[in-house]
Amino acid sequence: MGEKIAISKACEGSSGRTGSWRVKSPVMDKTKCTKCLLCWLYCPDAVIVRAKDGSVSINYDYCKGCGICAEVCPAKAITMVMEG
Amino acid sequence: MMLTGNHAVAHGVKAARAEVVAAYPITPQTQIVEKLAEFVSSGDLRARYIRVESEHSAMSACISSEACGARSFTATSSHGLAYMNEMVFWAGMGRFPLTMAVVTRTMAPPWNIWNEHTDLLAQRDSGWVILMCSSAQEAYDTAIQAFRVAEDDRVLQPVMYGLDAFSLSHTAEDVDLMDQKAVDEYLPPLDASKLPVHMDPDRPTTYGNMLGPGSMMEFRYVIREAFASSKSVIKDAASFYEKATGRQQVGLLEDYRCRDAEVVAVAIGASCGDAKDAVDSMREKGIRAGLVRLKAIRPFPGVEAAECIGNAKAVAVVDRDYSFGYGGILHGELAQFLKVPKGRVRSYIAGLGGRDITVKDFEGIMTDALTKAEGAGDRVDEVWWGLNERGLP
Amino acid sequence: MLTIKDLPVEEYLLPGTAACPGCASALSLRIALKVLGPRTIFVIPASCTSIIQGYCPKTSSRIPFFNTAFASTAASASGMVAALQIKGVEGVNVVGWAGDGGTADIGIQALSGAAERNENFIYICYDNEAYMNTGTQGSGSTPRGAVTTTTLRGKMERKKNMPEIMVAHQIPFVATACASYPLDFAEKVRRAMSIRGLKYIHLLSPCPPGWRFQAEKSVEVGRLAVATGAWILYEWRDGVYTLTGASRGLLNKGARRPLREYLALQGRYSRLSAEEAKSLQDDLDKYWETFASRLEKSR
Repeated sequence: MGEKIAISKACEGSSGRTGSWRVKSPVMDKTKCTKCLLCWLYCPDAVIVRAKDGSVSINYDYCKGCGICAEVCPAKAITMVMEG
Repeated sequence: MMLTGNHAVAHGVKAARAEVVAAYPITPQTQIVEKLAEFVSSGDLRARYIRVESEHSAMSACISSEACGARSFTATSSHGLAYMNEMVFWAGMGRFPLTMAVVTRTMAPPWNIWNEHTDLLAQRDSGWVILMCSSAQEAYDTAIQAFRVAEDDRVLQPVMYGLDAFSLSHTAEDVDLMDQKAVDEYLPPLDASKLPVHMDPDRPTTYGNMLGPGSMMEFRYVIREAFASSKSVIKDAASFYEKATGRQQVGLLEDYRCRDAEVVAVAIGASCGDAKDAVDSMREKGIRAGLVRLKAIRPFPGVEAAECIGNAKAVAVVDRDYSFGYGGILHGELAQFLKVPKGRVRSYIAGLGGRDITVKDFEGIMTDALTKAEGAGDRVDEVWWGLNERGLP
Repeated sequence: MLTIKDLPVEEYLLPGTAACPGCASALSLRIALKVLGPRTIFVIPASCTSIIQGYCPKTSSRIPFFNTAFASTAASASGMVAALQIKGVEGVNVVGWAGDGGTADIGIQALSGAAERNENFIYICYDNEAYMNTGTQGSGSTPRGAVTTTTLRGKMERKKNMPEIMVAHQIPFVATACASYPLDFAEKVRRAMSIRGLKYIHLLSPCPPGWRFQAEKSVEVGRLAVATGAWILYEWRDGVYTLTGASRGLLNKGARRPLREYLALQGRYSRLSAEEAKSLQDDLDKYWETFASRLEKSR
């Protein structure tokens, strides 16, 4: 009777593959990137992934295309491009 | 020890080693929380006392403290109970096995601090086990048993128990206290690993986020199953307690002289003492009267009551409560279980707003039931006992 | 002062939440969880976060969330603190994470009670200035002039000043923050963790659908709130006020950008007449004067 129903466990994509929400998609120009990590700091969805060498990439499975990363990037290394 | 019903509850909660008490004062419950505050302050009860700013917060705090593995308790009455109603449902639906004493009191307006059972009975859909005490001794005993019932892994639902305002809450009688070692044996510490919801920082889980139509019924069914088991858990808790104390305990209901009864009164709470006196005096006059005192209201011991009542000629259900647009709550719930033909199960509304129900009243009610049952046929009569005599102010 | 490199790389709010694109509260939650770390339990009332965390049996948060009723956050957190204390469990951060509705309106009673009792937990109000979870109805925290579904001509009444209400409760720590300044926010969360008693942080959380601006402007809107002085970043501790981050230096009106630059970005202010906008600017200037003298006196 100690049914632990209504208990939730942490996982990616708790609300589905939110990458499918995108209208616009962020595209990174790695040549312009200064590895300042501001995009990583400001991403509400934790889809900016930090590599060991300090570079960053985007997890497109869950990126919602909000465009904050493109706005905050001081090097203008990210451009928002229409999906599909 | 000479204890009022309220102080008996406080002593019981102390004996049960409650760990968190979050409560807000309301007449006539106040002495429960004051006594517990005293116990905590003196160190007699090793607990955290949260001096919450409302009953809603009291229940909110108890729910989360229970979720963190602490045995939790609160107490309230009428408007306090109504105010926390949202969280009463939260505790029941969420399966947090805390306990609560309710000193039953009339709902306003106008303000009325005296005894009535509607406040307690109005919570009967909330997923709580609901019991009703009839003496200070029973209040003490129930305070301890309630935790055992709640925390039993066949139940794991919260338990509330009622005490009649003033006639029990403020009336002193000699109460036998259990030896602490015996209580500890009867009621071991709360095993948090058994809790349906345990917020353990070492084993992180999230509780209570959205659950859609696809799974909700299954979760509610689990609660239904808990209630299906609850009757035997309540009986077990009572019988083990009886063994531990040598004092007779009531499980789901008390059968007083029903075996060969031609008229049976059904009631709850402290008035049953007077009802028993009425049964005795009627028997002396040659009328075979009996009383069924319901101890449990949820789960509802309809089948068990029907067994006691058998084929009595008349049943007088005395409701010190009322559900407007429907009738006496106990009457409505009981009637469907009885073998007795409809018209012979009569509804008596008495004692609303704290009006006394005396021994004479019970005698009168049972006599009236026996007389009128004969010609009632299918018609169910509802009598507001004593109404015409007093009239409006 | 915390830098980006000081924040743990590890994510405690996993990708795939139900948050709207550009949600400043999701950003702030992500940051707060990094600072608080795994020995933390959150109490979440009915609010955007109830939904953001995802549908049962899944959740995006690796830190335990205890969901509770709308009015209950501070009472629920109080119960949790009491239980952990009596069970001898140490070093667990209990955090109430509530919206402005659950803080300034339906939740204010429980919060006030918990403050009076100086309960030992951190209370963070993420303020998107309306009941956003239910579709943008006006709250006590909606600013004057803002349009919501229940303040259709723009709210007539002023925004409830929750940080100052909490200062009046004389709790050990009160701070304001803004989602656009995550490091300033992180610093305040970290400071709160080291103090015993009730700590209150009020975080401005711009909301793209509710305030009516494009999602990518979320950070910019918050920055302008601070730059115009509409939102003040400060701390109050031991009776002393301290301006923090981008609010420092804004005591001088000339240093503050005109309020209309902040209002212009948001559709919820599009109905404002020039007169009303001027009235808001005047109001704000007056508030800064009062605030400045409060700051001075506290030193």
